[in-house]
Amino acid sequence: MRRQKILQNIQIENNMDLVKARQSIRTIALDLNYGIVDQTKLITAVSELTRNVLLYAGKGEIIIELIETSTKKGLRITVTDKGPGIPDVDLAITEGFSTSKGLGKGLSGTKKLMDDFSIQTEVGKGTEVVIIKWTDSDKL
Amino acid sequence: MSQKIPIIKIKEDLIVSFLSDIDDIAALKLQSGLLQRIHEGKITGVLIDLTVLDMVDSFLGRLISNIARSSAIMDVKTVVVGIQPAVAITLVELGLKLEGTSLALNVEDGIALLNELKKSKYDFEI
Ligand SMILES: Nc1ncnc2c1ncn2[C@@H]1O[C@H](COP(=O)(O)OP(=O)(O)OP(=O)(O)O)[C@@H](O)[C@H]1O
Ligand SMILES: [Mg+2]
Repeated sequence: MRRQKILQNIQIENNMDLVKARQSIRTIALDLNYGIVDQTKLITAVSELTRNVLLYAGKGEIIIELIETSTKKGLRITVTDKGPGIPDVDLAITEGFSTSKGLGKGLSGTKKLMDDFSIQTEVGKGTEVVIIKWTDSDKL
Repeated sequence: MSQKIPIIKIKEDLIVSFLSDIDDIAALKLQSGLLQRIHEGKITGVLIDLTVLDMVDSFLGRLISNIARSSAIMDVKTVVVGIQPAVAITLVELGLKLEGTSLALNVEDGIALLNELKKSKYDFEI
């Protein structure tokens, strides 16, 4: 990683923070000239992870960073909470698995939409999901 | 504060145009409002216009297909219109199907499709 810079830090506590989170990533993705499909994927991914925080942990935080290597530029989004944690991560990222009568597509789908996806979690301590999406325009 | 989405009635159809972004509470209120209006009677079609939405996530996808499937039980057809190409691509990658709905390009085509669907009384799909 050559360079990284925090662009935004968002606290997630309620229903309207989810709308705010989507608005933040929408604006940032547009500013960075992501294509329209990648903008939509980023907004959708942030929406999924933020709702999971509200649903399973109650509150948490999103950090949106600009990252740069010698060859590419992208966004790294870290979504953390101090909630219950996930006992079985492999199961949780299996499409269709849900403990809340959801579709179980939030984590599995987010993974598909992003270039990089990782989860660190500990039962009783909390969860951190990190996603990366590179811009595909090399002129940046 | 959450937003309120108007439900417009034209003849026997209810038309809902989503706002550019909608919070979960407003979406749930919209769902119950629509089903209540259908329950009150004389509704045969629902048209959901997503033209200005730049994102449909798993929550919203599930909500839309819940509306469609609940409507189908009351013999009301649901058509979704105006899905942006980027939203369609993302929906496919997420593996989200708007089950129970039929799709059309715009409101005009959507109304025409609703009228077609209403003719075929017996092919309802849940
Ligand atoms: N931040 C979190 N803290 C604790 N558990 C979580 C968290 N995020 C996800 N999970 C667990 O992982 C499961 C799968 O999450 P995922 O987002 O894929 O599906 P879902 O939220 O159940 O349904 P959907 O997102 O499709 O509406 C959840 O049901 C929940 O048990
Ligand atoms: Mg989820």
